Amino acid sequence: MPIIATQPSVRVVTLRIDGQDLSAREDETIIEVCRENKIPIPSLCWMEGLSVVGACRLCMVEVAGQNRLLAACATRVAEGMEITTNSEKLQRYRRTLVELLFAERNHVCSVCVSNGHCELQWLANSCGVDHVRMPYRNHGYAVDSTHEMFRVDHNRCVLCTRCVRVCDEIEGAHTWDVMGRGSDCQVITDLAKPWGDSDTCTSCGKCVQVCPTGALVKQGTSVGEMVKDQHFLPILARRRSAR
Amino acid sequence: MSRTISIDPVTRIEGHARISLQLADSGEVEDAKFHLTQFRGFEKFCEGRPYREMPALTARTCGICPVSHLLASNKACDDLLAVTIPPTAEKLRRIMNLAQLLQSHALSFFHLSSPDLLLGWDSDPVKRNIFGVMAKDPELAKQGIKLRQIGQTIIEILGGKKIHPTWVVPGGVSEPLDSDKREAMLKMLPEALTIAKDTYGLFKTMVPKFKDEAEHFGTMPTMFLSLVSNKGQLEHYDGLIRIKDAQGRIVEDRVPPSDYPRIIGEAVEDFSYMKFPYYKPMGYPNGIYRVGPLARLNNAESCGTPFADVALAEFHMLQEDSGPVRSSFHYHYARLVEIIFAIEMMQRLLKDPSILDTRVRAHARGNRDEGIGVSEAPRGILMHHYKIDEAGLINWVDLIIATGHNNLAMNQSIKQVADAYVDGNKLSEGMLNRVEAVIRCYDPCLSCASHAFGQMPLSIELKDASGAVIDRLVRDA
Repeated sequence: MPIIATQPSVRVVTLRIDGQDLSAREDETIIEVCRENKIPIPSLCWMEGLSVVGACRLCMVEVAGQNRLLAACATRVAEGMEITTNSEKLQRYRRTLVELLFAERNHVCSVCVSNGHCELQWLANSCGVDHVRMPYRNHGYAVDSTHEMFRVDHNRCVLCTRCVRVCDEIEGAHTWDVMGRGSDCQVITDLAKPWGDSDTCTSCGKCVQVCPTGALVKQGTSVGEMVKDQHFLPILARRRSAR
Repeated sequence: MSRTISIDPVTRIEGHARISLQLADSGEVEDAKFHLTQFRGFEKFCEGRPYREMPALTARTCGICPVSHLLASNKACDDLLAVTIPPTAEKLRRIMNLAQLLQSHALSFFHLSSPDLLLGWDSDPVKRNIFGVMAKDPELAKQGIKLRQIGQTIIEILGGKKIHPTWVVPGGVSEPLDSDKREAMLKMLPEALTIAKDTYGLFKTMVPKFKDEAEHFGTMPTMFLSLVSNKGQLEHYDGLIRIKDAQGRIVEDRVPPSDYPRIIGEAVEDFSYMKFPYYKPMGYPNGIYRVGPLARLNNAESCGTPFADVALAEFHMLQEDSGPVRSSFHYHYARLVEIIFAIEMMQRLLKDPSILDTRVRAHARGNRDEGIGVSEAPRGILMHHYKIDEAGLINWVDLIIATGHNNLAMNQSIKQVADAYVDGNKLSEGMLNRVEAVIRCYDPCLSCASHAFGQMPLSIELKDASGAVIDRLVRDA
């Protein structure tokens, strides 16, 4: 006899996004509703299957009646909400944010193993970043190539912390964490040990697959060869929450 | 009272440079210098990067000949992996190298040098460019552009894009060739060969007109250094180093490229950012040698393809004695011979059934801490030498670029031409153009930064020792 799953008692709300009347479950966030309805909202830190940190601020939207912008990944929908996802002001903010990411570290796309398969590169393209208006910091960051299978290049990291969350929440290893503040902030393995010396890393490679840029990559790849596969994450996340 | 003439920038070359001529009281040229005025720093900023990034990183040295760096760098990486790449991958890399040779030589001959050769050294500088050539001989200009296009298109078919393809990777190439692509390339080559033969035939008839230039454009005795195949034939991708002296005697032969540090040293002068490589056993600056098409043809016993072998025999007849062809003016001639060779060899390689083999990449990790890759770029032998740490990060780089090998020879050639043509008491456009033109014989590639051709702004001043301008020549952009 089949087991009948109990349906959680959630209400459905109606809202309007970019002039489009939509309905959604009240426990959904704006970004989830946008993704379901193919309304493009950029994001780097948000990823289906991982917890929300609201760090990258690229998914900011305008909500009628609110005097500030709200992060679509961290805001639940509500009855009667009127949301604008792509105003001129938002486009300007997003472009500036992407430019700041490029100016802070050394994302030299042409020589990157993720060239052509990089979320930051796609984002820059969609935001119309044809040049960076701020001066580049040109500060060199280290490359940790001590792991047998993977490599981390901090020059290409955007500090989205997807690696930290997937390692903790899905793999359960919590090898990755964050150290330092401001522009010195960087992701670390096992209290800043070289990755190859990590006692906790299971070499599962999930962090590499969820990384949006060429910061975490497989060893042995040449320029443009690092193609990431993120399809596993929602499946694993659903199985985990069903346990 | 000594004076200095400065030609800044030198035009119709790839990159930025300046020539200075030091004059004695009598107006005779006392000294001549070729200054590379830009600093790139590739050897330094590559440190700390993963070695697999090196092919793409170092290819950015140049937008004209990125394929040459791509190949030398990947060969150095193959050495780091300690692998022998699959035979088909080697053949495919050879084809790309020959296509690069074809497009680069066509650029040098038709776009950069033919204005001097066709329109004359003393012609109106406003018209002395590729557009002037189009006006005078539209068919020739069209053929030159077509020839370069064919070379570029072959690079694109193989590598996915004309400039900075990433298809060549450590261990081989990333994708095998399919039959459609092979047919597309084979279809273009007969037209390329016809153009190359016609141009060669035309230039052969023009050479006697340039007897004076041939006698004064870099005829100093130097050695010639290049790769040759195991059989002593013309070689551009692999092979062994051969050095011949000015009389044609073999000084070094069958030197494995990995042994280059034994024979080549690099000196530094404070007037240029370009290093001065020299033949170590003879010391600096006596160890002067030339590289590039002239050196390759002087060192090769044969080309190994039918029409190029005939052209090679005719090339050797340019020198009246039995020694190597010594005038740098004949770099142009040698380039045309190599264009023919490149097309014939590409046809041969593409017709080889094994070219479609799908085993094109050897996979390995860094198995050595030092790797050397040497190949022949259009302008001469190119050396990439890397050292890596245990994690595979670069900790030392040495790049000896083809143009650098010719640095000593270029400086001496300028002096020779200036001695012959420059009258320090009165400047003329044609006189200074000859000084620039001798540099164009070497087709120096000073960086990827300049895509300019034709008339860059040029201001030449003749000053006395107190700095007072006694003559001025201005060419507007």
